[in-house]
Amino acid sequence: MNNDTIISVEGLTKRFGDFTAVDSISFQVGKGEIFGFLGANGAGKTTAMRMLCGLSMPTSGKASVAGFDIYKQTEEIKRNIGYMSQKFSLYEDLTVRENIRFYAGIYGKTNSFIKEKTAFVLKQLHLEKDADKLVRSLPLGWKQKLAFSVAIFHEPQIVFLDEPTGGVDPVTRREFWNMIYKAAEDGITVFVTTHYMDEAEYCDRVSIMVDGRIDALDTPSGLKSNLKASSMDEVFLMLARKAKRTGD
Amino acid sequence: MKQFGAFVKKEFYHILRDRRTLFILLGMPVVQIIIFGFALTNEVKNAKVLVFDNAKDVASTSIIHEIDASQYFDVQQNVTSYSQVESAFKRGAVKLAVVFPSGFNNDLEHVNKAPIQLIADASDPNTANTLINYASAIIMDYQDRITNEHRLPYTISTEMRMLYNPQLKGAYTFVPGVMAMVLMLVCTMMTAITIVREKEMGTMEVMLVSPVQPLKVVIAKAVPYLLLSMVNVASILLLSVFVLDVPIHGSLFLLVGESLLFILTCLAFGLLISTVTDSQQIAMFISLVGMFLPTIMLSGFMFPIENMPILLQVISHIIPARWFFVIVTSVMIKGLGLGAIWKETLILMGMMLFLLTLSIKKFKIRLA
Repeated sequence: MNNDTIISVEGLTKRFGDFTAVDSISFQVGKGEIFGFLGANGAGKTTAMRMLCGLSMPTSGKASVAGFDIYKQTEEIKRNIGYMSQKFSLYEDLTVRENIRFYAGIYGKTNSFIKEKTAFVLKQLHLEKDADKLVRSLPLGWKQKLAFSVAIFHEPQIVFLDEPTGGVDPVTRREFWNMIYKAAEDGITVFVTTHYMDEAEYCDRVSIMVDGRIDALDTPSGLKSNLKASSMDEVFLMLARKAKRTGD
Repeated sequence: MKQFGAFVKKEFYHILRDRRTLFILLGMPVVQIIIFGFALTNEVKNAKVLVFDNAKDVASTSIIHEIDASQYFDVQQNVTSYSQVESAFKRGAVKLAVVFPSGFNNDLEHVNKAPIQLIADASDPNTANTLINYASAIIMDYQDRITNEHRLPYTISTEMRMLYNPQLKGAYTFVPGVMAMVLMLVCTMMTAITIVREKEMGTMEVMLVSPVQPLKVVIAKAVPYLLLSMVNVASILLLSVFVLDVPIHGSLFLLVGESLLFILTCLAFGLLISTVTDSQQIAMFISLVGMFLPTIMLSGFMFPIENMPILLQVISHIIPARWFFVIVTSVMIKGLGLGAIWKETLILMGMMLFLLTLSIKKFKIRLA
């Protein structure tokens, strides 16, 4: 493990009774990398991600996130990561500003930090005029971008994105990915799950989970040339078709 | 602490922004007190009475007079046949009929015994019962008087005294009942729903990934409802003292303290419900069936517990509202102190601790 490794996973396994949701996966993610975590529904992506976020205890295996052990140091991990779920996770009955304030508040940020950064984020999102509108009144694409900004507001080392662009139009998705690139440039490691194969192309490296195991892990171009496929779509279908489990 | 403050503030935003729900939560106790106080009353006043007097003598006439004179009855008309009595009941024109046999006074004076028939419309059994009791009391009164005049060797006269509630006001039972009901609704149901809503929306997950302790999240959600229920307690007490003339005989401090204990019990139950379900609808259903209905039916507020079948009596013991009902009645109406209700207080406290431990345990299991 070199100094630039920020997530390191070795033989990580999670069993629910007889069912092995995650079957001894191993990989490493470097600092500032955009790491795509792909797999069909039910392949075990979410379970793996929940373990890395400290939400769920592994059955066996080793892993460290931002240099902290996922068994013993979940508190420290939580302080150093951001998270955005597939469900839209801002409060619809709070204003843009109140949402930002609330989430910054639970990370214990100082008032001056919150104030300065809020102005910056609002400017970046072009939401200055709408800062005191209820989030309910924003279009979905903007909500999604706002949710991402909120997830990295406390300047975490890693941000976990669980299918962040579900239901969003292609233009907004493109803008969303620009924000992800920007975050990666700022040194935030991005760990993202997605079902969109064009998005997989945007990642630095991609892993594909099938039936709880990682079946492939490489750069998008590496995967394509290895499997002699012309697109990520083809790569995904070739691997995912081997799955014995049915999706949920 | 700063995190906690951020949470509580957010909860207040949720509650204050949802005007309709807030209005219902604050208005409900007021409306309920008013409905129970003025519309739903078991007291009978000016019930219409039909008289079928076959005797038309001194005794029957004076009994009819006395019935008419009482505030409970209003003698409508005299009829001359049973078929008229029957048709009056069928039309719903009267609630009670009094029938005197012919030669009523004569029998009374010479045989020392004469029957009077009281016929009541028992399609509403409660009212029928009350009316029969009132009418019997008036007739007994009359009988006492004439026996006194005749100076029989011994007479037994009963003298009744209704303790704590001499006017037999319904308000004395429903004020504690409404209090239990409203607190249950606000604390149990609203707490369960608001926590489950965060799960449904996906915000709970984000919270769990943050460094905030999950328990803090949940406690922060309960704080505004605790305040809201204290407001409800205050408005119920104010209404009952100033509008319904139900006095607070005991210590106000004790009453509020006990209410707080009950509120905490309800909050703990709401928390427990929120740990077993992920859907707002199910949370609402469990609160209604698991807490609200038993509170209304088994707490002794609507139906006396002593009259229930043994099985229901046993079940009523696990209903917190049953104990709270006894406590409020004792403190507020009877003016008793902690010495008289320490047992009920301990039981409530035990329930609260049990529910709280159970829900915290369940909450932790879910996170693992």
